Amino acid sequence: MQPTHPYPAAPQTSVAAEPGPPAPGEPLLRIEDLRTHFFTDEGVVKAVDGMDLTVPSGKTVCVVGESGCGKSITARSILQLVDQPGRIVGGAVYWRSGTRPWTDLATLDATGEEIRQIRGDEIGMVFQEPMASLSPMYTVGAQLSETLRLHRGLNKAEAREKGIELLRRVGIPRPERRFDSYSFQLSGGMCQRVMIAIALSCDPALLIADEPTTALDVTTQARIIDLLKNLQEQNGMAMVFITHDLGVVAEIADEVTVMYLGTVAEHGTVDEIFGNPKHPYTRALLSSIPTMRGVRSGGSARQRLTAIRGMVPHPQNRPTGCPFHTRCELAIPGTCDTEAPPVARFDSAGHLAYCHLFTEPAERRELHTQATPSAPVSVIEPEVAVIEPDHEPEQHEPDHETHPRTPARSQGQPLLDVQDLTMHFPLRTGLSRRARTVVRAVDGVDLTIHPGETLGLVGESGCGKTTLGRCIARLLEPTSGHIYYRTDDGDQVDLTRLRRRELHAYRQQIRVIFQDPYSSLNPRMTLGQIIGEPLRVNRLARGSELEDRVADMLSRVGLRPEYIRRYPHAFSGGERQRINIARALVTNPRLVIADEAVSALDVSVRAQILNLLVDLQAELDLTYLFVSHDLSVVEHISDRVTVMYLGNVVESADTSDLYRQPHHPYTEALMSAVPLPDPGLRTARHRTQIPDDLPDPTNPPPGCPFHPRCPHVRPDRCRAEIPELRRTGDQRLAACHHSESLTLTGVS
Amino acid sequence: MAREIAGSADPADDSGLTSGRDPAGDEQEVSVAPQWKLVWWSFKRHRMALVGGIITIFIYLVALFAGFLAPYSNDSFDSEYAYAPPQRLHVVDDGEWGLHVHGYRAEQDPETLELSWEIDESQKIPVGLFVRGEEYELFGLITWDRHLIGPKDYDGPPMYLLGADELGHDMLSRIIHGTAVSMSIGLVGVILSFLLGVVLGGISGYFGGWVDNLIQRITEFVISIPTIPLWMGLMAAIPSHWGPLQRYFALTVILSLISWAGLGREVRGKFYAVRDEEFVMAATVDGASQPRIIFRHMLPSFTSHIIANMSLAIPAMILAETALSFIGIGLQEPTVSWGVLLEEAQSIRVLESAPWMMLPGVAVIVAVLSLNFFGDGLRDAADPYKS
Amino acid sequence: MLGYMTRRVLIMVPTLFVISIISFAIIQLPPGDYLTTMVAEMEAQGNEIDEAQLDALRERYGLGESFFTQYYRWITNVVFHLDFGHSFDWNRPVSGLVGDRLALTVGLSIATILFIWIVAFPIGVYSAMRQHSVGDYAFTMVGFIGLAVPNFMIALVLMWIGLRYFGQSPGGIVSPEYADAAWNLGKVLDVLGHLWVPIVVWGTAGTAGLIRILRNNLLDELRKPYVVAARARGVPETRLTVKYPLRVALNPFFSTIGWILASLIGADAIVSRVLNLDTTGPLLLRALMAQDMYLAGSLILISAVLVVLGTLLSDLLLGWLDPRVRFRYGR
Repeated sequence: MQPTHPYPAAPQTSVAAEPGPPAPGEPLLRIEDLRTHFFTDEGVVKAVDGMDLTVPSGKTVCVVGESGCGKSITARSILQLVDQPGRIVGGAVYWRSGTRPWTDLATLDATGEEIRQIRGDEIGMVFQEPMASLSPMYTVGAQLSETLRLHRGLNKAEAREKGIELLRRVGIPRPERRFDSYSFQLSGGMCQRVMIAIALSCDPALLIADEPTTALDVTTQARIIDLLKNLQEQNGMAMVFITHDLGVVAEIADEVTVMYLGTVAEHGTVDEIFGNPKHPYTRALLSSIPTMRGVRSGGSARQRLTAIRGMVPHPQNRPTGCPFHTRCELAIPGTCDTEAPPVARFDSAGHLAYCHLFTEPAERRELHTQATPSAPVSVIEPEVAVIEPDHEPEQHEPDHETHPRTPARSQGQPLLDVQDLTMHFPLRTGLSRRARTVVRAVDGVDLTIHPGETLGLVGESGCGKTTLGRCIARLLEPTSGHIYYRTDDGDQVDLTRLRRRELHAYRQQIRVIFQDPYSSLNPRMTLGQIIGEPLRVNRLARGSELEDRVADMLSRVGLRPEYIRRYPHAFSGGERQRINIARALVTNPRLVIADEAVSALDVSVRAQILNLLVDLQAELDLTYLFVSHDLSVVEHISDRVTVMYLGNVVESADTSDLYRQPHHPYTEALMSAVPLPDPGLRTARHRTQIPDDLPDPTNPPPGCPFHPRCPHVRPDRCRAEIPELRRTGDQRLAACHHSESLTLTGVS
Repeated sequence: MAREIAGSADPADDSGLTSGRDPAGDEQEVSVAPQWKLVWWSFKRHRMALVGGIITIFIYLVALFAGFLAPYSNDSFDSEYAYAPPQRLHVVDDGEWGLHVHGYRAEQDPETLELSWEIDESQKIPVGLFVRGEEYELFGLITWDRHLIGPKDYDGPPMYLLGADELGHDMLSRIIHGTAVSMSIGLVGVILSFLLGVVLGGISGYFGGWVDNLIQRITEFVISIPTIPLWMGLMAAIPSHWGPLQRYFALTVILSLISWAGLGREVRGKFYAVRDEEFVMAATVDGASQPRIIFRHMLPSFTSHIIANMSLAIPAMILAETALSFIGIGLQEPTVSWGVLLEEAQSIRVLESAPWMMLPGVAVIVAVLSLNFFGDGLRDAADPYKS
Repeated sequence: MLGYMTRRVLIMVPTLFVISIISFAIIQLPPGDYLTTMVAEMEAQGNEIDEAQLDALRERYGLGESFFTQYYRWITNVVFHLDFGHSFDWNRPVSGLVGDRLALTVGLSIATILFIWIVAFPIGVYSAMRQHSVGDYAFTMVGFIGLAVPNFMIALVLMWIGLRYFGQSPGGIVSPEYADAAWNLGKVLDVLGHLWVPIVVWGTAGTAGLIRILRNNLLDELRKPYVVAARARGVPETRLTVKYPLRVALNPFFSTIGWILASLIGADAIVSRVLNLDTTGPLLLRALMAQDMYLAGSLILISAVLVVLGTLLSDLLLGWLDPRVRFRYGR
């Protein structure tokens, strides 16, 4: 594919020269022009198509890109773990270790003895879904011992001893007992620790980690990343770290390879990639993520995100020429869409990008774009809601680049006032089904939302934030408490007191945007039926009027009105989320509950949807309750933030106040766990470490529910007395006995 | 890894819906294709299922037009021709087109008095298409006397293409008439058990709680008891003076009383799965009424699964009817079903002298096999949205 | 495990109770009670009717009293004295009639289940491991046919072949020449020579069904992430397959004991009739035909209880095999 090969040194020449262990920084693994294709009934899918990667000994190389870019397939190809109908059809995977001269792993028999000796011994691997990666039929100890016995020849007792030692090393409390547990008895974070223990059991020279923290909570993620970093320092092993999260990359990487559609877009050191990105895709990715820059720079204005238009094409429809040209703002017609991009080198150390912009004669480049490729990130014009390249953006003029941070909260009366809301779920356990335990999903929550503002609701999974949202939408029947809603004419209505029939009027005013773009749209209904359903059942419109309103709504969310007869299966995740938004807004609601509305989306599409939500809020005068686990997204979109822990509100404050200086230790712990996409902050940040296991929600700890994990716990009241949610400052509430005496750090 | 491919950009592509078709011309068609169309597209790719479906339709057509297709009526017989062997249908007569069969020559063993038959080559019985014969009622409405095939001379010697039974009934005609009964028992029984299963399963799955618990216990119980002894017990309790029609309905009711449980469990499972789908919550937020949520939003999302399960339950019913009739406690003469016909094939002596008495069994196998293939393919195609 | 076992056994109690009620209801189904039938029968044979004996019987079964009183007497007799009532057709106590035949039924069922396992296991594993191979397609096809052929058809065809080409019927359990002979090697071999026929006939549908289940389960398991994870730590391929996916895929082998047993006991009546075996099935059929309801009801009760016990056994085995099952109910 590339005429000039990026790694000209032919590995074969070095075979005889150095059989000893590679010195730190010397290459350990070299992937050259790797091609892994899937031969499906529908045709060949070129998941990985010309991938290069070099991993130096002792270093961490991150492979980053959106889903569908072939990151995981690359990782699996290294150890020949690609399932049918996938196959490595070209390229080489050169590997060497202390005893092994350069060997091309891609040529080994995938079921043979030689590759088997490398797997788990010289190269360890950790996967995305820790729970599913452990067999439920055997104890975790049995699976851990298996590796030791296979590669080290230990007997059962020795393997047990070493296994417990390993479990202790990866930070599992009471490893003697955990050794005999089954995977389904452990939390996701614990399972991932076990997987890491298995991968490290034979002191591998390389660890491949394939999205190891994606399925985990942010606090757990932080601890797993710290663990991996520490272990790497101790062992001096190299690491290939696959992730889609640029924050994680900034935390852990030495070198970064940005992948797009099965091939390299850009490669460089972590500082080069974040400080001086070259490839338009890298730059677009970096500018499409919320960075908490507003809080960090002390500004109070919200930056608009820069979205990449469109979405990653399916590998089967791989564009000709540069794979990125269909989404690239700087694409040069006639060049980028026909010729494969050449490699451009920016220094001798290996910062390179595959892009035409750097080799084009300057005058031609000027002709097509005013921007110079090395200009700062912001040159890429903000672009909203463009679904197809030929499709004009709809009426959203990007005139409001920034939004004022202080909305109309001064209007006084809250739109929604939740008081002492509880939602208990009975759990049946044990022999007699009557002996019931109760999960206190929401346990006495107070919350106010003012008209026109966006309230962010954050917390780890299982904290009750989604349940709270559903109670407010009356999708769940709260156990007790009140939800006062202020109607248009200023009356307060307690929604919990309303019966089904009486709720109808409020169902039009309080709407929900759901999380899963796939399961939230009925696949058997057309867009017209889906979006028109609330109008139809509430008899708000029918016939052509209904169609007109649906079509109007479609164009407002950036979809073509003609799509009204299409079915959801014709749309991608991002487009489906637009449909979801259209359905929520078609009744002209006042309050919209967005339940993890952007969590399932890739970063570039997520930016599009976030921008759309912000635009629509201004346009339609909406109030948002934005439920999310992602603190940077919440920071980006919210005026105020409420933090939940174990069914309780622990803190509530204006966004910038909260992020600058939290008043509750849990908020502080969450903040310090968020990986920021800025490698410069890596060493500067002080990290608060908290244990990553939530207490049993059926049996919450006495006193402050957070005290078993709290780094600031004091022996006095924390263990005995439940702290009240109380005023701790201007517009601030926190539920901590010691808020005033603690100085907590937010996002620095 | 599959996730990474499937989770990518364009679902119209990654679900394989556009396979093999010109993407430019057909993308529009895929985008606006309702579910049944997607199911049909993916069903078509199963060759065995397609063949099974075609044969199934053919068999039901035979059942529908039994009177016309069968040369003789259900109860016409000629006891002179007891256990007459099958005749070969000749197409060419002395170098010219002319359908005919040869007649029989009977020989009686002087000691055992048993008849043995031989085909008499010299005797020619002309056979015609669309010949006049006994009167019958098509669909119980239209009286007609034409038969697809039969001897040209209705009052002349009979034709036994598949041989004759003890009383000289034409096996071919009996099998064709039996098709109507056997295949309809499957269908009626499945519809009955479907109604029971969907109602109970639906109640169980939608309301949950103690209702669900109770219905679940009942379902488990019904599934755990051995069916055939119970069928036998219930069938034996049917008063002997009941007429053929009453017996027929009693049998279908008894069969479906026991087999609803599996279907009910399936429906409940689907209800449970769908109840937690976000689009059902969305319908609640939309303000849709309870019945509308159930019938407009939830049910359509698994009707295809139910239909597939029903088509897989029909063969089980057919087999059950056959088995019960075979041992003499299902349907009985004068009702003719495949099982009733097979009852006559029980004795070894009959098998020895007249193996063609097992032919109704072949009909059972063909019907069950094609229904199984059809249902299997349908089940695989039932969810076209899975990637 | 103990908690799981207790729970599982406790669940069985109501099931058994309902089964006994239904069985008794079947006994009561035909018009008239058992005594009127018996009196009519005896009169038809021209026998004297002993009023004292009638009263004793009336007292014993609580005839003329409410359904539940009668049920109570019947079930206490069954449970505490193994007294299932009296078969007027045979004019013997039911328990005496059933014993031998039950042993044969149970023995044949166990032999058939073993046959099903031995045949289904290698074929199922082969089909899954060599998916889309010629062998896989062939076995799948044979499996479809096996499910479509009523097992009495197989019996009929086997009998016909035996008669036509070997000049003897493969029915029965013992050849006529050994029927009254004492047990010796010849008789044992003869019995074995006969036994395979009912086992094959009985087992075909179950084998076909189990092959399909095993194949599908194994294919599902082979794609699970933990298989890839185990491969990535260098577990050899054969060991990998046997230890991980196969172990999970084995669940149907145990979970299906219940339904295979149910279908075997069900098919018994039909197959044994064709093959002329002295099992409980033909006895039930004859009892039903003759409206010998105590015998019929008892046989239905016994076979249902057998199935429930089979299900219990399979669930306990499952709990022993699969920690998830054990821990879900064991708390």
